[in-house]
Amino acid sequence: MTFSPELEARFEKFLAKYPADRKRSALIPMLIYGQDEVGSVTDELVEEVAKRVGVKPLEVREVAGFYSMLHVGKPMGKHHVQVCTNISCMLVGGAELYDQACHKLGLGHKQVSADGFISLEEVECMGACSWAPAVQIGYDFYHQVTPAQLDKLLDGLKAGKNPDQITEVPKVNC
Amino acid sequence: MADLVKFTIDGRELEAPAGTLVIEAARQNGIEIPSFCYYEGYSLQAACRMCLVEVERMPKMQVACTLPVMANMVVKTDTEQVRNARKYTLEFLLSNHPLDCPVCDKGGECELQDMVFRYGAGESRFTETKLHVDEQQWSPVVFYDAPRCILCFRCVRACDEGMGVGALGVVNRGAMSLIAPNHGDHLECDECGQCIDICPVGALTSGTYRYQTRPWEMEHVGTVCTHCSDGCKTTLGVRGDEIVRGNNRDRSGINGEFLCAKGRYAFDFYNHSERLQSPLMKVNGKLEPVSWSTALKAVATKFSSLQTSGGKFGVIGSNQTTNEENYYLQKFARQVLGTNNIDHRRTGDVTTLVDALSGKTGKLAATTDFYETPAVLVLGADLAVEHPFLSFQIRANYRHHAAHVYAVTPDVVREDQYSVQSIRKPAGTEITALEGLRSALAAESGLVIAFSDSVKGAAVHTLVEFGESLGIPVKYAALVDYTNSRGAVDFGLTPELLPGFQASGQVGLTTGEIVTATDLAALWVIGDNPLQSATLGSTKAFVVVQDMFLTETAKNADVVLPSASLYEKNGTVTNGCGEVQRVKRAVSTLGTKPDLEIIGLIAKEMGSAAQMGPWSPDAVYNEIRSKVNGYDIPLPMVLMGAQQTAPVNGRVGVEPRPELVRSAKENLFTSGTLGRYSKILNSVIERRAGHAPSEGNS
Repeated sequence: MTFSPELEARFEKFLAKYPADRKRSALIPMLIYGQDEVGSVTDELVEEVAKRVGVKPLEVREVAGFYSMLHVGKPMGKHHVQVCTNISCMLVGGAELYDQACHKLGLGHKQVSADGFISLEEVECMGACSWAPAVQIGYDFYHQVTPAQLDKLLDGLKAGKNPDQITEVPKVNC
Repeated sequence: MADLVKFTIDGRELEAPAGTLVIEAARQNGIEIPSFCYYEGYSLQAACRMCLVEVERMPKMQVACTLPVMANMVVKTDTEQVRNARKYTLEFLLSNHPLDCPVCDKGGECELQDMVFRYGAGESRFTETKLHVDEQQWSPVVFYDAPRCILCFRCVRACDEGMGVGALGVVNRGAMSLIAPNHGDHLECDECGQCIDICPVGALTSGTYRYQTRPWEMEHVGTVCTHCSDGCKTTLGVRGDEIVRGNNRDRSGINGEFLCAKGRYAFDFYNHSERLQSPLMKVNGKLEPVSWSTALKAVATKFSSLQTSGGKFGVIGSNQTTNEENYYLQKFARQVLGTNNIDHRRTGDVTTLVDALSGKTGKLAATTDFYETPAVLVLGADLAVEHPFLSFQIRANYRHHAAHVYAVTPDVVREDQYSVQSIRKPAGTEITALEGLRSALAAESGLVIAFSDSVKGAAVHTLVEFGESLGIPVKYAALVDYTNSRGAVDFGLTPELLPGFQASGQVGLTTGEIVTATDLAALWVIGDNPLQSATLGSTKAFVVVQDMFLTETAKNADVVLPSASLYEKNGTVTNGCGEVQRVKRAVSTLGTKPDLEIIGLIAKEMGSAAQMGPWSPDAVYNEIRSKVNGYDIPLPMVLMGAQQTAPVNGRVGVEPRPELVRSAKENLFTSGTLGRYSKILNSVIERRAGHAPSEGNS
């Protein structure tokens, strides 16, 4: 399997960063950037990454299955909406936000819109408990999201906008 | 040894070496701390929370499986709080575990069931719907029922650490976690079934055993596996004269709970539809069923007349018959038939090793030495495939004692994964690598050298000279193929040797010479198949075959006598390391007889019963004790477990015959004739052939 020259260069940098017998340390970054390019963690990507970092494909699948940001098999939409419903978010309306998103988008957990533009996922804690309830779109974070803000975000996406273009809701710089 | 630490558990003042885990210290002193994920011998997981205990001056309950004992520590394992913790842990484990105990194979010997009965978490406060995942079949022998899985990860560790295969993993996260096989929807592994055995619940079940019986309806018969020469003890679960299971969960015997695919599943040859259940005699060129008395009379009459007329006999014995049968057979051949033309298929050069070690004691490696010796050198063999138990021992030795493993083999072997040095040498040239290893080996504090059939004759002497020149304690093991290959040599199934490695001093024909001899008057084959790929040289020879199946050799016979398998007889066998173990009858197959009885009955028909003595295994064993070098082992000692034969301690005054030594290179799923008739081994082979290898499994 081959990747774009940029990604190949990036992989090389990752692999060079760790001692020769610790190449497996590059596994997670390689999977996430590989996914960005391929669309999801496909069987082919699993095999390729396993080969490059020197672990068994099963070990790669163990890692890929553990992290909710890695999507095994099926690609998510161009804009992947993730709503946290773990305890801190749930206590301040995270579950309601998730229901709202389901209705608004007509999608369920890990479902993708017919045009492949938007997908939805109910995620486990994303480490933003202090700013609950939290929503993530792609790699962008939104903190203390209100139902009205979520509506604006989702309406924007449905209108074909990128999150950057939905300026009414402030994105967190992390 | 580490310093002893004094501490108290449940009011008892105890001591244990520093570093001992609380759970182990308790168990060693008869105090049970329940656990699911903790498993002696494997890495710590701390996943199940079942072993929580109270420790004075520690604010919260502690996990006994990861907590080492400390000086003056006061542990309580049976308080209200501990009992409650166990109850709640069980309630939590049951939050997704189905209550299908009445149909679950594990019911009755399930660790979770036992704990729930004891701590009584019968009612659950969970109202969530249980997650259902359909049952999956991963291989002919491994099934996985995810909802029953309590995620203790014992199977993952047993496969990775114990077997060195790593075919199982954990995918997903939290409550959604699942055990996953290495090839997406199926397993490509040793099919050893250790994962099934070690599963505390019924999540992993066995293709041969599932839905067959309940554990309490079986009788458990401890005997020795009839396949390779490692001599693992297998405990056969017998129900209604039928073997339904093989395992060794009580850890009795040299192998603890280890068994490979053959020991665990490949008992099914015994009730194959082609099993011979009646003697056959050639009538008008066709084998027809006859009664035992007719067949025995025919054999005895012919043997007697040929013996009187001075006809040439050839006797070929087996690698799978008991010591008693081997001893009795050679006695019959030499004393009654008056022939020294007796041989068997030789699979390793034990004779030369015994000769090379003459005058030295304590030089033959026992199976425990593979686990305890600081260094192991493997020459020529792919142990994981040919001697799975020895390979398992070496891996455990590496894990627990950081043993140094050296492998000199023709191809890549599993030992490479943890060896300090792996050297590739073509078969037959392994010993040329020895000098290069000299300085490394001489720096070890003890060494076991195991060598395959590619090291034979003069090479064995070279090897022993090399070993003895290292200046460290060295033990040796000549690897042989089948369950009693060693017993066949020890009991003189060769023309040059009498039992106990005494030179026979007579000439005699070897297997190849017997088969090709044009003037052979009678061929008597017990449990071997010399005509599988050869034609008998003598056209007029009277051929008698004792076997379980109509092999190529049996098809050429004048009389075929149906014999009992090792699981259908009593006696002893000697494994490749010279350890004598007891075999015990588990079942009987109608119409068959143990080879010992068949030989005895032929002797009786020939009027030689008094000369031969009684054909009961115990009586023959007593004779062996008094007559065979190295076998003066009281029967109760054999009954209690394996006893290594004493060294012969003297030169073996015969010409070595290395050219006759050739291993059949049986692998994990083949076992000569027995393998051909094992449905389960064949289904594993077929399934593997159906899946083209797609990803690295190393």
